[in-house]
Amino acid sequence: MSEYNAPLKDMNFLLEHVIGLDEIARLPGCEEVTPDLVSAIFEEAGKFSKEVLAPLNRSGDMEGATITDTVVTTPKGFKDAYQQYIDGGWSLIAGPAEYGGQGLPHLVSTPVSEMLGSANMAFKLCPLLTGGAVEALKSHGSKALQDIFLPKMVAGEWTGTMNLTEPQAGSDLALVRSKAIPQADGTYKISGQKIFITYGEHDFTKNIVHLVLARIEGAPDGVKGISLFIVPKFMVNADGSLGERNDVKCVSIEHKMGIHGSPTCVMAYGDAGGATGYVVGEPNRGIEYMFVMMNAARLGVGLEGVSISERAYQHALVWARERVQGRPVTPVPASFGASPKSVPIIYHPDVKRMLLTMRAYAEATRALTYYTSSCLDIAERSTDEKQRRMSQSLVELLIPIVKGWSTEAGIEVTSLGIQVHGGMGFIEETGAAQYYRDSRISAIYEGTTGIQANDLVGRKVGREGGQTALAWIAEMEKIPPLLLATNDGNLKFVAAQLTASINSARRATEWIVTMWPNNPAAVFAGAVHYLKLMGTVGGGWMMARAALAAATQIKAGEGDGDYLKAKIMTTRFYADHILTMAPSFADALIQGADSVLQMEEALF
Amino acid sequence: MKILVPVKRVVDYNVKVRVKADQSGVELTNIKMSMNPFDEISIEEAIKLREAGVATEIIAVSIGVTQCQETLRTALAMGADRAILVETVADVQPLAVAKLLKAICEKESPQLVILGKQAIDDDSNQTGQMLAALLDWPQATFASKVTVTSGMAEVMREIDGGMETIEIKLPAIITTDLRLNTPRYATLPNIMKAKKKPLDVMTPETLGVDVTPRLKTLKVVEPPKRKGGVIVTDVAALIDKLKNEAKVI
Repeated sequence: MSEYNAPLKDMNFLLEHVIGLDEIARLPGCEEVTPDLVSAIFEEAGKFSKEVLAPLNRSGDMEGATITDTVVTTPKGFKDAYQQYIDGGWSLIAGPAEYGGQGLPHLVSTPVSEMLGSANMAFKLCPLLTGGAVEALKSHGSKALQDIFLPKMVAGEWTGTMNLTEPQAGSDLALVRSKAIPQADGTYKISGQKIFITYGEHDFTKNIVHLVLARIEGAPDGVKGISLFIVPKFMVNADGSLGERNDVKCVSIEHKMGIHGSPTCVMAYGDAGGATGYVVGEPNRGIEYMFVMMNAARLGVGLEGVSISERAYQHALVWARERVQGRPVTPVPASFGASPKSVPIIYHPDVKRMLLTMRAYAEATRALTYYTSSCLDIAERSTDEKQRRMSQSLVELLIPIVKGWSTEAGIEVTSLGIQVHGGMGFIEETGAAQYYRDSRISAIYEGTTGIQANDLVGRKVGREGGQTALAWIAEMEKIPPLLLATNDGNLKFVAAQLTASINSARRATEWIVTMWPNNPAAVFAGAVHYLKLMGTVGGGWMMARAALAAATQIKAGEGDGDYLKAKIMTTRFYADHILTMAPSFADALIQGADSVLQMEEALF
Repeated sequence: MKILVPVKRVVDYNVKVRVKADQSGVELTNIKMSMNPFDEISIEEAIKLREAGVATEIIAVSIGVTQCQETLRTALAMGADRAILVETVADVQPLAVAKLLKAICEKESPQLVILGKQAIDDDSNQTGQMLAALLDWPQATFASKVTVTSGMAEVMREIDGGMETIEIKLPAIITTDLRLNTPRYATLPNIMKAKKKPLDVMTPETLGVDVTPRLKTLKVVEPPKRKGGVIVTDVAALIDKLKNEAKVI
C-alpha cells in the first residue's frame, strides 16, 4: 500500500524563509501565528492525513460511493474518518472566529488542506465545498441565516454544497432554469434539477446545506436574473433542532473516471411541490455572490494539483528505488558490485529526469499556491487600504493561473508517475493510475482550464490594460540580479533562464494589452498558452526565491543541508527543463491565433 | 490526584538512523525528532484517568535540550495540564533521569508516575525501575491494563508467556507497554491552547542533582549486514548445514 508523508520540511521552509510567515503574523487576528505553532499544526495534520485518510484512498477508489433509493453511502471508513476529522477540530481551521472557527490565515490552512488532498482527494472535497459555502454565507448571508447555519457548518457538523450546474447550464450559467417562487412568509419554493453536485448527499452528517442558484419568477433573462438560495436538507427549528425533511433529494450518482469515493449527485428539487429556500443577500445577485465562493474554491482546486502531484511523486520515488532493471550508464554506489548487470531504475538518467520533473512541478505549484494564499490574507486583513487593494488585484490575477496551471501540471505529473512505473503503472494494483484518474477532474470543475484562461486574459489582463500583470512581472524582475549576486554556479543558470522567461511573460502580456481592444478573439485563441506561460514563470520565480533563501542558509551554516541542496538542484532543473518552455508559450500565443481563427468549422 | 508523566524527545520512529562517522553515536543533525511512542501511551493513559475522574492534574516532564519544549507542547496538546523542562545539554543516562524525576516527585507529590517502559533510542528499560527504587515506591512495569481505585492500582502486566495481574499501593510507578491503549491525535483547538499552558524550566543544578554520566560509550557500530541466503537442494543438505555449518543441532 502506498504511504504518504507530508512534505513538512518544504512547507515550513516556504512559510518561514520564502513567503514570510512573520509578515502574515503582523496582520490583525494573526498574532498567534508563530513558526512553532504552525509547525505543530502541520505535524499533527500530517499525522492525521497519513494515518487516517491515506489508508482509505485506494479502498475508497475501488469501492466508490453507492446509492440505494436516494440514500448515499460513502466507502467503508469514510464516515468514521470524517467524524475523526470533526473531532480533531480540523474543520475549524479557517472558519470565522465569531462562529467558533480558529480564524487562522489562508497561509496556514492551505498547507493543511494540501495534506488532506494528498492523502485522500475524494474525501477532502467535502470539507472543501463546506468551506466555500461558509465563505459565501459569511460574505453575503443575512445575520439571521448566518446565526442558524454558520456555527454548525464551521464545526463541520453540517456540510455545504454548491448547486450551479444543470444539464443545459454547464460553463454558461446564464442558462440556469431552476425556479424560485416567493412565498408569503418570505421564503421561496425551489424546483429544478441540478447535476454534478459534489457530496450533494452522503452519510457523514445529519444535515446538508445546499447553496442553490435559481431564478425568481419574473426575473430578467441571463446572469442578471439569477439568485442564490440556501436550501437545507432538513429544515431547522427555532431552537436549532432539525425539523422536517425538505423537498430535495439525490436521484442518482455519476459513474466517473476518478474520485470514486466522492459522491457526485444529481439533485432533484421540488418534486413534491417545492423545496423551501432562503434567499442569500439580494435577489438577482446570485452569480456575483457565487463568485466569492468560487474564488476560494478555485484556489482550493488549484491546490488539488499540488496535492496530487506530491502524492504521485512520492509513490513513483518509492518504486524507482525498489525496481531493479537495466545496466547503469552512470556511476553507482560500490554496494552494487563492480559492474552490476542491473540497478534500481532511479540511477537511469531518464527516470531521474521524470522524477525531477514531478518534484519540480510539485514544489513550484506549491510555492505559487502558498504565495497566492498569503496575498489573500493581506487582501483580507491588512490595515493599509492601498496594500489591501493591490493584494486583491494580485489575487484575482493569480487565482486563474494557480487553478489552471497547477491542475494541468497535476495531470502531467501523475501521467509521468505512471510512466516511471512502466507497464506496472498501467496496472491498477500498483496505485499509480488512481492519481492520474483522480487528477483529471481538477482541470475541469470550478471552471475548465479554458475558462480560467479566458478569465485571465479578459477580466484580469485585457480589461485593465495589463496593469497588475505588468506590476507582478516587474516584481519578478528583481530576482535574477539577486541570484547572480550569490556567485552560486547553479543559480547563475537559473538567473539566465528566469530572465528569458520573464521577458517572454512581458512580451506576451504587452501583446495581449495591444490586441485586446480590437481583436479579443485572437487573444482567446492563445489564452491557455498565456495561462501556462504565467504559471510556468510565476512558479519559476517562486522556485528561484526558495533557492535564494536556501543559498543564504547554506552560507550561514543553518538549516538542513540535504534539503537545501536539493532545493537548489530542483530549481536548477526547473530552470533548464521547464522555464525553457516559456518562450514557446509566448510564441504560440502571439503567432498562433491565425491558424485557429482561419480554420472554418466546415473544414473539420 | 496528580499524575506525573515523563516524556523523552527521541529520533522519530520513521527515521532510518545512521551511525556517525566517528562511531561516537548516531547522527542527530537535521533528523526528525518526536515524542517516544511509549511516552505517548503514558500520556494517553493519564488523560484517560483524568477523564474517568481519578486524576485531577497531569504534569508532563522532559529532560534535555531546549527543543524538548516541542515534545512537551505535544504532550500539552494531547491533554497534559502543565509541563516542566529540566534543561541540560548533558548526556543524561537512566540513573540521572531517575534522580531528577525523584527530585520533581518530592516537589510535586504525584500519586502516580506513568513512564514508557523504554525509549526507542537507547532501549534501556531502566528509568521506571530505578525511580521506584529511589523513591521506595511500588512499581508495576509493562502495563497493558490499569485500573485505579481508592489508593490502589490494579495493573495487568505483560510477562513472558502471558499476563500477570498485580495490585499496588499508591503512590506508585507504572511503566507502559504497547497494548495499553492507542494514543489520541491532538486536536487543532488543543494545539492552539497548548501554547498558553504553563511550562516551567529548571535545571539539574536547581534540583540539586549531579547528572554526570556513569557509563561510557566506547563505540557505536551498525549491525552486521545480513548475508544473502542459499537455497538448499534437499532436507539432507539442510540438516548437514544446521549440524556442521551453523552448529545448532
